[in-house]
Amino acid sequence: MCLAIPMRLMEIDGNDAVAEVDGVRRKIRVDFIKEPKVGDYVIAHAGFAIERLQEQQALDNLEAIREVADAL
Amino acid sequence: MLSEASFARLPEGKKLLRGIREMELPGPVCLMEVCGTHTMAIAKAGLRQLLPEGVELRSGPGCPVCVTPAGVMDGVLALSETPGLILTTYGDLMRVPGSTPGDDLQRRRATGADVRWVYSPMDALELAQAEPDKQVVFLGVGFETTAPGTALAVLEAQRRGIKNFSLLCLLKRTEPALRALIARPDFRVNGFLCPGHVAAITGAEAFRFLPEEYGLPAVVSGFETGDLLAAVYALLAQIRDGAPRLENEYTRVVSPQGNPAALALMEQVLEPVDSVWRGLGEIPDSGLGLRKEFRAFDAADRFSFSPGQRVENTGCCCGAIICGQLNPQDCPLFGTACQPEHPVGPCMVSSEGACAAAYKYQGVEL
Ligand code: SF4
Ligand code: SF4
Repeated sequence: MCLAIPMRLMEIDGNDAVAEVDGVRRKIRVDFIKEPKVGDYVIAHAGFAIERLQEQQALDNLEAIREVADAL
Repeated sequence: MLSEASFARLPEGKKLLRGIREMELPGPVCLMEVCGTHTMAIAKAGLRQLLPEGVELRSGPGCPVCVTPAGVMDGVLALSETPGLILTTYGDLMRVPGSTPGDDLQRRRATGADVRWVYSPMDALELAQAEPDKQVVFLGVGFETTAPGTALAVLEAQRRGIKNFSLLCLLKRTEPALRALIARPDFRVNGFLCPGHVAAITGAEAFRFLPEEYGLPAVVSGFETGDLLAAVYALLAQIRDGAPRLENEYTRVVSPQGNPAALALMEQVLEPVDSVWRGLGEIPDSGLGLRKEFRAFDAADRFSFSPGQRVENTGCCCGAIICGQLNPQDCPLFGTACQPEHPVGPCMVSSEGACAAAYKYQGVEL
């Protein structure tokens, strides 16, 4: 149940949304996401989006890891 | 999302692993992960076997199913027999036995109790709306990741006036449990892999107490193999340098302060209460209960819920495993009397319990 996975928002209607991962669609609530938009990636857990995935932070993080690894 | 795949197959993974293996450490090191999803991800990646000798990775109290004590399950089983009551639960709890071996919700359902599996507390709420003549109880287990959604279901029940819905609130808080664990005389963990999805809600800062108050390295980590390698490397580097601090490896999801909307909702509906943990016993303020304004939705009040005092007498070592004292393979029942098809303890039931993960991905060491 604690499993939380990245899903993509496909439809949004108020605080109800439809999210998709690997072709599977689920109804989730997006009450905790500020200004959710179709196409956003969120972490979905037990029927709720708990946070948004930030692509820019992901890229920065990958870059930081690369620097650590390259110094090895 | 493109970058998610990059973390799964990090091109730098090999280098990081070499870095981990060649790291010069001051002595043997024991790291602890406190999240069921980490337990599973680590087992799946085979990370334990890749670590060099002298670096150990243990599972802590990270699975809400595993930390729910047998006595509470006894109370839940009794509750399920209430006439006119539908008990709704996440699937993981269906096969967690109470203090009597083999007695679980699945068996109760087979003998007539109305127990239903739901994916979300909102499903339970909708069921209550659809079945106004029944009482619908939702079993709310979980940590901070799960608490905001659980709180929202209660708030919605109030808003929509759904009076036949109630919550048996078994939610737990991470920080008090970690403090209780650290205070144990047998505590010997050198650093924590902090749970990324708990931190998504609480913020990475919620783990700052580990380095600042206890001098323990803490790295908030994501769940892909690349995340785990980067986080383990970071923890070991802190230990090598003797410089414990808080690092956030999972910045694509976790901010320093967490999710304000989710935190505000938890604060509105829930408050800290004392709570009993399997393996750790009663810990002050380590659970979350409904605030006064929402007590009308408290299933414990409505149905005079009383957890039993009995402990399991099955030989199961889940308590010690949750505290990081033992590994699943140390349990005499592991893989013999206790297997996923006929679990003796919760750590074998829940898909991400330490024993189930060890069984699924490592096989049994004979
Ligand atoms: S087994 Fe279930 S309850 Fe336990 S950590 Fe995993 S998902 Fe959560
Ligand atoms: S192997 Fe089974 S009996 Fe042993 S600790 Fe794990 S769940 Fe309990």
